[in-house]
Amino acid sequence: MNTLIIISLLGVVAMMADALRFKKILLPIIVAGLVAGLGFAISSWNTNLSYYHDMVLFNNYSLAFSSLMIVVTLLWMIISKHYFSSSSNMAEHAALVLFVLTGAIIMTAFADLSMFFVGLEILSISLYVLAASNKSELRSNEAGMKYFLMGAFATGFLLFGIALIYGATATFNLAKIASYISVSQAAGNTPMFVYAGVLLIMVGLLFKVSAAPFHFWAPDVYEGAPTVITAFMATVVKTAAFAAFYRMFSTCFVEITGFWSNTMAIIAASTMIGGNILAVYQTSLKRMMAYSSIAHAGYMLMAIVAMNKISASSIFLYTASYSIASMGMFALMQAMTASGDESVNSLKGLSKNNKGIIVFISALVFSMAGIPPMAGFFAKYYIFLGAMQSGYQWLTLIAVLSSLIGVYYYFRVIFVSLQDNENGAGHVLNKGQWTLIVLSALISLLIGVIPSLLLTLSL
Amino acid sequence: MITLLLLFVPLVASLACLLLDKAKVKVFALGTSLVNFGILVYSLTLFKSDMSYQFLVDYWWVKDLGISFKLGLDGISILLVALTNFLMPLIILSSFRTEYKNATAFYSLMLFMQFALIGVFAALDGFLFYIFWELALIPIYFICLFWGGEDRVRITLKFFIYTLTGSLLMLVGLIYVYLQTPGTHSFDINVLYSTALTVTDQSWLFWCFFLAFAIKIPIFPLHSWQADTYTDSPTQGTMLLSGIMLKMGLYGLIRWMIPFLPEGLAQWGNTAMILSIIGVVYASVMALVQKDFKRLIAYSSVAHVGLIAAGIFSLTIQGMQGAMAQMLAHGVNVVGIFFISDIIFRRMKTRNLDELGGLANNTRVFTILYLIILLGSVALPLTNGFVGEFLLLNGVYQYNAWMAAIAGLTVILGAVYMLRSYQKIMLGEPHARSIEFTGLHQTEKIVLVVVALAIIAGGIYPKPILQVAGPALEDLLAQVKDIN
Repeated sequence: MNTLIIISLLGVVAMMADALRFKKILLPIIVAGLVAGLGFAISSWNTNLSYYHDMVLFNNYSLAFSSLMIVVTLLWMIISKHYFSSSSNMAEHAALVLFVLTGAIIMTAFADLSMFFVGLEILSISLYVLAASNKSELRSNEAGMKYFLMGAFATGFLLFGIALIYGATATFNLAKIASYISVSQAAGNTPMFVYAGVLLIMVGLLFKVSAAPFHFWAPDVYEGAPTVITAFMATVVKTAAFAAFYRMFSTCFVEITGFWSNTMAIIAASTMIGGNILAVYQTSLKRMMAYSSIAHAGYMLMAIVAMNKISASSIFLYTASYSIASMGMFALMQAMTASGDESVNSLKGLSKNNKGIIVFISALVFSMAGIPPMAGFFAKYYIFLGAMQSGYQWLTLIAVLSSLIGVYYYFRVIFVSLQDNENGAGHVLNKGQWTLIVLSALISLLIGVIPSLLLTLSL
Repeated sequence: MITLLLLFVPLVASLACLLLDKAKVKVFALGTSLVNFGILVYSLTLFKSDMSYQFLVDYWWVKDLGISFKLGLDGISILLVALTNFLMPLIILSSFRTEYKNATAFYSLMLFMQFALIGVFAALDGFLFYIFWELALIPIYFICLFWGGEDRVRITLKFFIYTLTGSLLMLVGLIYVYLQTPGTHSFDINVLYSTALTVTDQSWLFWCFFLAFAIKIPIFPLHSWQADTYTDSPTQGTMLLSGIMLKMGLYGLIRWMIPFLPEGLAQWGNTAMILSIIGVVYASVMALVQKDFKRLIAYSSVAHVGLIAAGIFSLTIQGMQGAMAQMLAHGVNVVGIFFISDIIFRRMKTRNLDELGGLANNTRVFTILYLIILLGSVALPLTNGFVGEFLLLNGVYQYNAWMAAIAGLTVILGAVYMLRSYQKIMLGEPHARSIEFTGLHQTEKIVLVVVALAIIAGGIYPKPILQVAGPALEDLLAQVKDIN
């Protein structure tokens, strides 16, 4: 709870920075605040406290995800310095980012559908603005607009679903909904609108995690938004969306798994196949990463489909390894955006101009593609294990085969970077980008070699 | 402790390589590989030839998931570790006359490869085995990608995706078997061996494992990555691939498939056998018509390993013994013969058989050494190739006489294509450029002499190999027959 308070206050403080003229020291304040928030999250481990008449519940699950998101935000700060300092609206941007994080934390900790909705909206609305924050760029405006319109639609579905569930159960509380459903299942008189509500909520959430066939916004928004914001969306926001997805389905709708699990399994399969195949055809690295992030959503959906005792920790491990590896990749992409060419082919000469970087880029690519000993491999393994435990052999086979397609396009990054550019040009990374790439590669390796670090959290 | 040393000396050296400068890195890499060879010789003196796992190391890695860091060597694996450690100094020494750019990275990857290969052979935990299996793919991928021929990007990617397909199928299989283990599941090899699997499960699991190993070996029709990759890799990469890495697949069959899928084997063993035999004949015929010397060796290699796989699937002690002997012999011979092709290529700038000829006139030492290695690979009696091939054909014969007859063709065809290539390269009218062919350098001579000595020694006194592997193989076969 203290974490949530600190971070939302931090957002308010950031907003004042312009008016009260302390913009110069704003970044240190934010970093200090985030570290404090992380500290509070860790110190309330195993406390399981609920607040506000059971509106939020900070159990280990939400604390783990909150800590992860704060850590990823801290990593993100390394490359976002430039984004903040170059704009005249630095204070507003910082505040919006912190509000996204606030929303994200609420989304991991809600115990009540209304709270979930509040969290989701805090996150989404800030994000719509951030996507369009590069005002002079047409594509950024387009991204913001597109994201807003599509997002509003999805929110409509979600809200309608919540209303139907409320209509049937007369409560927003997750635990009460769960017990209502289990009682009515036992009696065999679950009203139709519960099912309709589940379906509509599912649509809303699948949109947020960009699962096929609700993924069409993702490539355009990822491409159009400023690169650092894309980085934030692909990591922190995705983590929050999955944390919320699993939390809701594992507490409320676990009794009617039979109703939604097959649909979800097919969506998971088509998401990973579709995302991976479409990624192959992209020439822009940013769009490729967008499609790959869709594909990764497919793998994570497998854990929700499996819905067994390792699902929570497998989603956690996966979002952690995916977010950290993505951060490194986005640092590279930021250098590309800065030099104005985001195509994969422009990576030529990268290895020559930045001695040694290829080792770390390869490590990140391996993690994304799921090759040992990187974190991405262990995360995938754990997801597969969970799916097979619940008897989804066919889904695992599809996941395995589609991850081979992943290797095909991820590895392009490695060997294009190794080629020399005829005219000697090529992207040059700055210190921040170097740091982030090295750091995220090392963390990925560490998690891959000692996965017990994250597995023993017993969520 | 010895296993840990064997495993981690190359890893530490591989990292240390990155800190050295170019001039010293070759000697350093050679030095460490010799040190590792020394450790191996010491461990061989301590080795008792019974069926148990020795030099055991057992720590938890991820305790909650039943994954342990368990290593150990029995008669089967110690021979392959010995092969790895014997070939590694030779492969490194063979690179001394070639100047690779980014030499530090090259030798670092070579030593990392050694680490992964030893891990594959020593792992006694299914998950650990899988990790090493994949780890071995990474350095060889980069060796081919950085230092390979012109078409390397396409070829290495094909190679990587091909082998990864198999690996991932194996991972699915391993997870499935793991989930069938009793209690709080475990990947320990003994637990996996004793897990009861239904006939239907074994039937589809067979394909998960078989495809993984068959791609790596490679068994027909999964060989299409191999000739290209061998041709386009730098020589040392090819040596690693053909000399050691394809033994991973054969070893996988013996250790990670046959013991726990006896029913699957009963059902599909015949299919696997037929595929292996087809591969033997097909690859021999392909080798007959190759113009590129390296491609020719690549196909001859497919033929040899096809026969080894057939010997393994025959599930007879002779077949298994033959497989072990031939794995070692093939490893040594193929490294020798690839080195010969490299020596010729570096001097003549071509590997096309039609553009070579009459090299025998210039250098007598090279001619003799080449002849010995050649005779080893056509399995002449008193060379190391003979023992293995004889036992393999014996094993296949016990399985099915007709198959043995067809597989026996490889002996004839092998002699034809190898002797033909020898004739084209060494004998006949000297080609215009043949004068450029200069005598052997010191390091080249050392490598070839060591290989030639190993070929003769293995042919005259093969008993130790058979003795070391014997008890472990008999135990393994007894397990399979018990269940049947």
